Amino acid sequence: MAYKRQIDRLPIVPKDAKEFNVTCHYCIVGCGYKAYTWPTNKQGGTAPDQNKFGVDLGKQQGTETAAWYAPSMYNIVKQNGEDVHIVIKPDKDCVVNSGLGSVRGARMAEMSYSRARNTELQRLTDPMVWRYGQMQPTSWDDALDLVARVTVGVINDQGEDGLFVSAFDHGGAGGGYENTWGTGKLYFGAMKVKNIRIHNRPAYNSEVHATRDMGVGELNNCYEDAELADTIVAVGTNALETQTNYFLNHWIPNLRGLSDAKKKAEFGSEPVEPSRIVIVDPRRTVTVNACEVEAGKDRVMHLAINSGTDLALFNAWLTYIAEKGWVDKGFIAASTKDLDKAVAANKTSLEDAAKITGLTVDQIRKSAEWIAQPKQGGARRRTMFAYEKGLIWGNDNYRTNGALVNVALATGNIGRPGGGCVRMGGHQEGYSRPDYPGPRPAFYVDKLLIENKGGVHHIWACDHYKTTLNALKFKQAYKKRTDLVKDAMSAVPYGDRDGMVNAILTAIKRGGLFAVDVDIVPTKIGQAAHVWLPAATAGEMSLTSMNGERRMRLTERYMDPPGQAMPDCLIAARLANHMERVLREQGKTKYADQFEGFDWKTEEDAFMDGYHGHEKGGQLVTYERLRAMGTNGFQEPAVDFKDGKLVGTKRLFADGKFGGKDGKATFMETKWRGLQAPGKEAESKKWPYLINNGRTNIVWQNAYLDQDNEFVMDRFPYPFIQINPQDMADLKVKAGDLVEVYNDNGSTQAMVYPTPTARRKQTFMMFANPNGVQGNVVSPGVNELVIPNYKQTWAGIRKIADAPGGVRHLTFKSQDYTAG
Amino acid sequence: MQRCDRMIDAGRRKFLSGAGLAAAGAVAAAVAPTQAKAAPPSARVDYPSNRLGNVHDLKVDEPLQVSYPDGDAPGVLLKLGKRVPTGAGPDGDIVGFSTVCPHKGFPLAYDKSDRTMNCPGHYSRFDCEAGGQQVWGQATQNLPQYVLRVDDKGDVFAEGVDELLYGRLSNVL
Repeated sequence: MAYKRQIDRLPIVPKDAKEFNVTCHYCIVGCGYKAYTWPTNKQGGTAPDQNKFGVDLGKQQGTETAAWYAPSMYNIVKQNGEDVHIVIKPDKDCVVNSGLGSVRGARMAEMSYSRARNTELQRLTDPMVWRYGQMQPTSWDDALDLVARVTVGVINDQGEDGLFVSAFDHGGAGGGYENTWGTGKLYFGAMKVKNIRIHNRPAYNSEVHATRDMGVGELNNCYEDAELADTIVAVGTNALETQTNYFLNHWIPNLRGLSDAKKKAEFGSEPVEPSRIVIVDPRRTVTVNACEVEAGKDRVMHLAINSGTDLALFNAWLTYIAEKGWVDKGFIAASTKDLDKAVAANKTSLEDAAKITGLTVDQIRKSAEWIAQPKQGGARRRTMFAYEKGLIWGNDNYRTNGALVNVALATGNIGRPGGGCVRMGGHQEGYSRPDYPGPRPAFYVDKLLIENKGGVHHIWACDHYKTTLNALKFKQAYKKRTDLVKDAMSAVPYGDRDGMVNAILTAIKRGGLFAVDVDIVPTKIGQAAHVWLPAATAGEMSLTSMNGERRMRLTERYMDPPGQAMPDCLIAARLANHMERVLREQGKTKYADQFEGFDWKTEEDAFMDGYHGHEKGGQLVTYERLRAMGTNGFQEPAVDFKDGKLVGTKRLFADGKFGGKDGKATFMETKWRGLQAPGKEAESKKWPYLINNGRTNIVWQNAYLDQDNEFVMDRFPYPFIQINPQDMADLKVKAGDLVEVYNDNGSTQAMVYPTPTARRKQTFMMFANPNGVQGNVVSPGVNELVIPNYKQTWAGIRKIADAPGGVRHLTFKSQDYTAG
Repeated sequence: MQRCDRMIDAGRRKFLSGAGLAAAGAVAAAVAPTQAKAAPPSARVDYPSNRLGNVHDLKVDEPLQVSYPDGDAPGVLLKLGKRVPTGAGPDGDIVGFSTVCPHKGFPLAYDKSDRTMNCPGHYSRFDCEAGGQQVWGQATQNLPQYVLRVDDKGDVFAEGVDELLYGRLSNVL
């Protein structure tokens, strides 16, 4: 039986409830929400003058009403020490989502820490240390003193290269401008840490180096461009599941033809019609299905390429478009350079591309026409290019990214209405840090950790155990090294601080590693850590971020963090304070001085020091001004403050000036070179099944909060693996069976989800799941800038067991909507 | 010792809850003239027992449009032709669901080819054979299902709902 809450009524938000601006803290889209709170002993009434919505709640409310909230949008939380009712519901007035809530964001209230209603009790409430053989609570001062003494001790022995760091670089939960600045100022300001990596990859690098090197910042358009485009080109992005309300609120209206009036208003006499869409993805996703339902099959082209061959397709597009003379000559002359070089170097015939990609010549030609053939009357076609993890975590990231930007530049589609060449994004953005002091390519941190390098590891909201490549071997090495330190710690009475620090440093000299995990929940990598420091998340602290169209908002603090948890920026500041104190004790005055400037009392202090003080346009931006801009905020960078409002930037590069030194964008030579990452070609030949992988609608990121949510865990207690039914017959497995996925890199488990639309021998597995880590079977091979290749993974599959008890009630029907 | 502690703890809780009741009683007494006839509210809403149809009205895979608990709450009765865990009737195959999508309130359509309810608004779909479990979609709850009772004459009554219905903050208005 499916999980049901058995809730048949909810407290009504009273007229005088407090109201807070909230931006969903999960995905890049950053939907606008409002949080309402009121005392537990009060409630609103059904009469219009008794509730926040001013309507008669004694009546059934209609479709898309703003006057309803689901049980998942309600909770009881602490606010200034008191229990209060809270409702967090989508905001109809936010231009991003217009009142839509995703299956993730619309659970924000239910995913909050509540002792009254027993939700998310997994949250960390106190600093914890390894004591008497297990993790035990302690005070902030005690935990930070231990961390500071061990960290300083390691730096004394090995220099700053002995300190390894894993840290978020994004916005939203586990990030935001305040927290990236707090950690950045500590590791790149006070110190010059080079051995640092980001939450989802093993080095400190960009996922989109190529576009940046070409002078084209990757978030260059606005969400409205998806409503204005003649053609949308979607590469390796399953937007309905991973940027849900951007897709539903801005792509679908165009596919339905509902934005024609908007186009006419913007473009005058230029011919307009509902959008066409080209989707490049080896897998038939729910996004493809939804596009076909709305636009009709004749306006949707799904290019189901051979996995990892995008680059050859893009080079063929550029070649064909250049041959046809469909390039934007004026734009190219004024704003770019090196087109001819790129066209010559990347020359790929339709036939060659067909051979590599598995597509037909006609498909490639026709898709190029949809992209660049001028419209009736000769007007340029407005084409928006959007890409995400299928490209980013795919074969030959750097060149493939560059090849797609080549096509967008050649067709004059950057900086113009209905255009753009943008990553779709995972998390929101919220990056404000001093420059990374390390080299390019950056150090392959996971590899160094496996090779016994470093003595202390600070981890900020990262969980390598779930979200890295070569995960099984990483875990084996990491456990061994951290166990050395745990055993050493267990041999000393905890109260003997000098003895404890000495024992730890001695174990480190023998190859041990001391691990400090800053997070909001106990993580998988935290199982190996010696100290856990409890962090606050969005809403428990005020937090600023920007979304995929650079829309910056302030989420106001609407509840208390659990127990003693603190914002990451303040944890970084207090750690800096302790390191300064320990260094002064040791007479290292000059080094200690570098740790000054961390006297922040609030997250707003960190914001003013960081974003306000350092970012482009930041001097115009304050909490007070952001609060006044509500859930719509403004689009970065801010250019003015006028009539009480922040004025932003709708599109980047609208003036034709790009990021290169000479203000020009540069085309890139991007030759096809097969499967680039070492070992991938051999792996593809040795193992029968492609283990494609990625996110699914219902789960946010690695399920760090979802793993404690009944609704989600009832649906997917194990990660699914979508398999073609004929392959299932070969493997002798049924729906819901647990299977092992294995290759030379490692092994993991998944639950079989029969998927008739899956191509033979091409599976798709939920990634980063706590109950089956796909990264276990991903090889250590990376590109020249240490970008992993998760998507092109091949393995064997074999049955472990029949569907376990928690699986037998599940539905395994097609996830594709049918019109009925 | 442990057991003893628990008893003390239980006693304390009982005492506290008793005190709460006493306090409530005191307040009630103070305003007795106006509240004397008011019944204390129940923890859950009281559902009507409404006859939605008869088993003889139902044919496999032909949805019967109904409404419950009132005329503004459209729903459906379905005979699945296959016994399911929550099924009512002699064959254990009759189920009833709200047909208002719990995401944004769009009307759901039945696809008999795989016995799912499908939402044209944002593509959510729910499995009628699995207690209304959302197969895929935007709703943060599974599809509200009716508690059904079938009497000796084969009349099918709805007598409750297991999730909050879209567009109302109390299932019974």
